Amino acid sequence: MSDTTTTAGEKRSLRDIDLRAVAPFVALAVLLVLGALVNPNFLGMDNLLNVLTRSAFIAIIAVGATFVISAGGLDLSVGSMSAFVAGVMILFMNSGAVAGIFPMLAAAMLLAVVVGGLCGLANGTITTVGRIEPFIVTLGTMGIFRALVIWLAEGGSIAMKAPDLRAAYRPVYFGNVLGVPIPVLVIIAVGLIGAFILYRTAFGRHVIAVGSNEDVARYSGIPVNRVRTLTYVIQGVCVAIAVLVYVPRLGAATPTTGLLWELQAITAVVIGGTALRGGVGRIWGTICGALILEVVGNIMVLSDLVSEYLIGAVQGAIIIIAMLVQRSLMRRR
Amino acid sequence: MRKLLLGSVALGLMLAAGVAQAQEKKTIAVSIPAADHGWTGGVVYHAEQEAKALEARYPGLKVIVKTSPDGASQANALEDLTTQGIDALVTLPHNSDELTDPIRQVKSKGVFITVVDRALTDNTVADLYVAGNNPALGRVAGAYIKEKLNGKGNVVVIRGLPIVIDEERNKGFDEGIAGSDIKVLDRQFGNWSRDDAFKIMQDYLSKYPQIDAVWTQDDDMAVGVLEAINQAKRTDIQFVIAGAGMKDMIKKVMDGDKMIPVDILYPPAMVAVAMDLTAAGLYDKLPVRGSYILDATLVTKENASQFYYPDSPF
Repeated sequence: MSDTTTTAGEKRSLRDIDLRAVAPFVALAVLLVLGALVNPNFLGMDNLLNVLTRSAFIAIIAVGATFVISAGGLDLSVGSMSAFVAGVMILFMNSGAVAGIFPMLAAAMLLAVVVGGLCGLANGTITTVGRIEPFIVTLGTMGIFRALVIWLAEGGSIAMKAPDLRAAYRPVYFGNVLGVPIPVLVIIAVGLIGAFILYRTAFGRHVIAVGSNEDVARYSGIPVNRVRTLTYVIQGVCVAIAVLVYVPRLGAATPTTGLLWELQAITAVVIGGTALRGGVGRIWGTICGALILEVVGNIMVLSDLVSEYLIGAVQGAIIIIAMLVQRSLMRRR
Repeated sequence: MRKLLLGSVALGLMLAAGVAQAQEKKTIAVSIPAADHGWTGGVVYHAEQEAKALEARYPGLKVIVKTSPDGASQANALEDLTTQGIDALVTLPHNSDELTDPIRQVKSKGVFITVVDRALTDNTVADLYVAGNNPALGRVAGAYIKEKLNGKGNVVVIRGLPIVIDEERNKGFDEGIAGSDIKVLDRQFGNWSRDDAFKIMQDYLSKYPQIDAVWTQDDDMAVGVLEAINQAKRTDIQFVIAGAGMKDMIKKVMDGDKMIPVDILYPPAMVAVAMDLTAAGLYDKLPVRGSYILDATLVTKENASQFYYPDSPF
């Protein structure tokens, strides 16, 4: 990498890659300007921190989705899985199985991560060993996880019962360190770890190789099924981390928890520049994509221009325009 | 065809057996949406409780409760239930347009039809119609806010989903505050979801420096609204008015919570009322045909204990 004698061609390709990586951030910047024009309160510190904090769930889940999608897979079950993991976690906390507030919270968090990882392992194993399209597998598990949470909740909601536990856990969503909300720190941490795994490890390179061309990867001696399965496990763990931040917010899991999060996560991944067909993964772009989605929703509520009936249409249009801006940036060499 | 013949033979045998025994054997089918959010969860709970209660009260009565996740599968469920041979159907249809014809089909087999909550597009199909009062739910909320704010103040509204029920409630609300200086600053859809209501309330709080009251029409959404207000530490909001009758909110009213001073009833237990009336019509020959519209009762600290179901999931 360092010992290349610079040729015009290589320079161009380097610049090209930079532009692609920057494109989602340009789209985000344009949206921020738009937001400021629509309502001066948009740039208020409180509002920006609210939006940043709220985007944590989708951003964290979408980092996992970046792995799955760049390896050529797809996971539609993440929304239902979030609700299921949240439900199991809260029921465990309500059971009072562990004495003491902080040991209990630690045990519950560990349990959530294990359950998330196992859900991902199930998705991955069925996809690879059963050789079924991931679309179908995860559509199936989406229904299973959703039904399980509704069953656990008996159709109502699963709420944290112990007020002292709730009070101790609440700061994980609402608290901050030196003014930075904890969920934002979690996004950064997950992003750093995700970027390290994807860009700096052999496993990360295998993920991209499997996504680019499965057959070539197999002939190169890459354990394709194991790599694929592991991406689903990473996805499951990311879902669990998102749940760790979600549960302290309202202290409950309901049948509407995580509804349509799978589509938002996939949208964030694609806006971020990861190819849906696999072979390309951009962690920071994905996180930026999640921010874009949340900012668009925020601008819609803050503006008085759009009737509440038309918000969906305008949101859709803004996302398409953001993608067009991005593509035109990529083509410009 | 053969199945149908067999079915009618079996039905005939069953009827004959019924006459032979002292107790009349009858079957009521209950077709309701699956528990996809808090309120429908309450419907399922109350339907199952009432099914047990009715079977105990009327020996020989069989109550089949069947839930369906969407309109199309509810139409299939109705067919399946009818082939089992039923005397009455109590149904809360997913939506009116899609299910009017399937329910008409059931009626043509001589089955007594009770429709709950969502009226069919053809009013002649239902023998009995039991529902809450959507316009009144909005009107009572509007009137309460008007009275408490002395006819002057800023209110933000979080709506449900863009369907008829929501429109009726919002029109009712506008009637309730009519003739006052109450200003509705904003209306947005919160999709009857806690998380969406939380987001919208956060945005309202950024957008408007002064809000006197919030109307969310739904208890589930009120949970998110309260959390957002709590986080922003804003003291200008005097109270939040929701509705339906979720146990957590009724409890807050009972305990005299300042932010939730009242709740407005739109109880999922209406399905139990419908089942009870239907059974009374079948067994006691009571004249139950017609419309039974429940009041949008204002639940206050004084009467809250009457509407508190601690065992219900909703």
